[in-house]
Amino acid sequence: MKAANPAPPLAAQATPGRPPMKYVSEYRNEALVGRVIDEIRQTVTRLWTLMEICGGQTHAIIRYGLDQLLPSEIELVHGPGCPVCVTPLELIDKALAIASRPEVIFCSYGDMLRVPGTGRDLFSVKAAGGDVRVVYSPLDAVELARAHPDRQVVFFAIGFETTAPPNVMSVLHARALGVTNYSVLVSHVRVPPAISAILSDPSCRVQGFLLAGHVCTVMGYHEYVPLLEKFRIPMVVTGFEPLDLARGILETVRLLETGKIEITNAYSRAVTMDGNRQAQQVIHEVFQECDRKWRGIGTIPASGWCLRPEFEAFDAESIFDVQGIIAEESPMCIAGQVLQGIKKPNDCPAFGKDCVPEHPLGATMVSSEGACAAYYRYGRVTIR
Amino acid sequence: MADVDFGGVLREVCLDYVPEAKVGDYCLVHVGFALNLLSESEAQETLSLLQEIAQLEQEPSGGE
Repeated sequence: MKAANPAPPLAAQATPGRPPMKYVSEYRNEALVGRVIDEIRQTVTRLWTLMEICGGQTHAIIRYGLDQLLPSEIELVHGPGCPVCVTPLELIDKALAIASRPEVIFCSYGDMLRVPGTGRDLFSVKAAGGDVRVVYSPLDAVELARAHPDRQVVFFAIGFETTAPPNVMSVLHARALGVTNYSVLVSHVRVPPAISAILSDPSCRVQGFLLAGHVCTVMGYHEYVPLLEKFRIPMVVTGFEPLDLARGILETVRLLETGKIEITNAYSRAVTMDGNRQAQQVIHEVFQECDRKWRGIGTIPASGWCLRPEFEAFDAESIFDVQGIIAEESPMCIAGQVLQGIKKPNDCPAFGKDCVPEHPLGATMVSSEGACAAYYRYGRVTIR
Repeated sequence: MADVDFGGVLREVCLDYVPEAKVGDYCLVHVGFALNLLSESEAQETLSLLQEIAQLEQEPSGGE
């Protein structure tokens, strides 16, 4: 059986009747992508294993079939950069407990709703009468709190560094407006400690990293320099369009072939070394570093952000007293190994059989950025 | 807040993190927030660099 949705042609431009999106469509130029891949083929002389950190990149690679266009010497393994996938089970259980309360309007980004907790998901809470709403932006949740002063509005603030500036701004915005019925359930994670954990694992095969472009848009890439020095592995800041990904892979292969241990920036139209300093300052005003549990991986020291004590009034975990909830993960799901690049989704015996997007065993099959969902959606499933 | 044109669809976007934004700039938007302004010169430079790779590729093989 083959899953539906064949890869779109690389030359896919804007919607008919609309002008092409500038600085997007050019980076989907099929001929240029082909040329860059030819250049990769001419550069490579031996086997290399690269990891793309970000789930958005995983989806683009599989969607455009880049992994199949690359020479066989290059293997791409998929990293943990999918916020929905790594949000720990007990945080989902906490979300379910809070969302079930009659006074609560629980707001989330859409793809969290189908992520299974220990027993059920947010959709089933909604089906049972809970007030669970999908919002586009955390500011929409603050607006809901203003419109419903008699209710408690809780926003599920998950994400990597890219989503931190919006999420912290919602807290500052609520405070500035004097909104006291708004709070956030925080599950924020950071890329550098995850890379450090992956590279410290003795079974790690990764020889080069494609760094997540949009994380670096916010944070810059100076914080990867210590990792470069410690682990002696090249890293290339990479974007999300097919041409960006091909170029990121080419630069990584060039560094590997010439033995250079460097960080280079292949996404310079959106990323600078320093990142957005203003955004970083606001993040640190509201968040502080904390240890964080990653679904399928375990606790990684100093890998997350949580609210600073002075923002406790906005902390849903303490307001609704759910800190005590703990949960154990299903032993059947290999998502943890997939997220660390140790296994591929189709190495899992449950993949495409017991575990499909409609009935996922683990979060990597749920999220729009999960590696298992990408493999399933774009036809990398063969059932014998 | 400002209106941002997403290839024909207008949406309100928060500009708190890019106070330097001017009408006509290109920005990267995530969940309703502009996270930076795109550098048009860097975008052009990247494309020229990739075009160069494409041409270098083409020459030795005599083109296609």
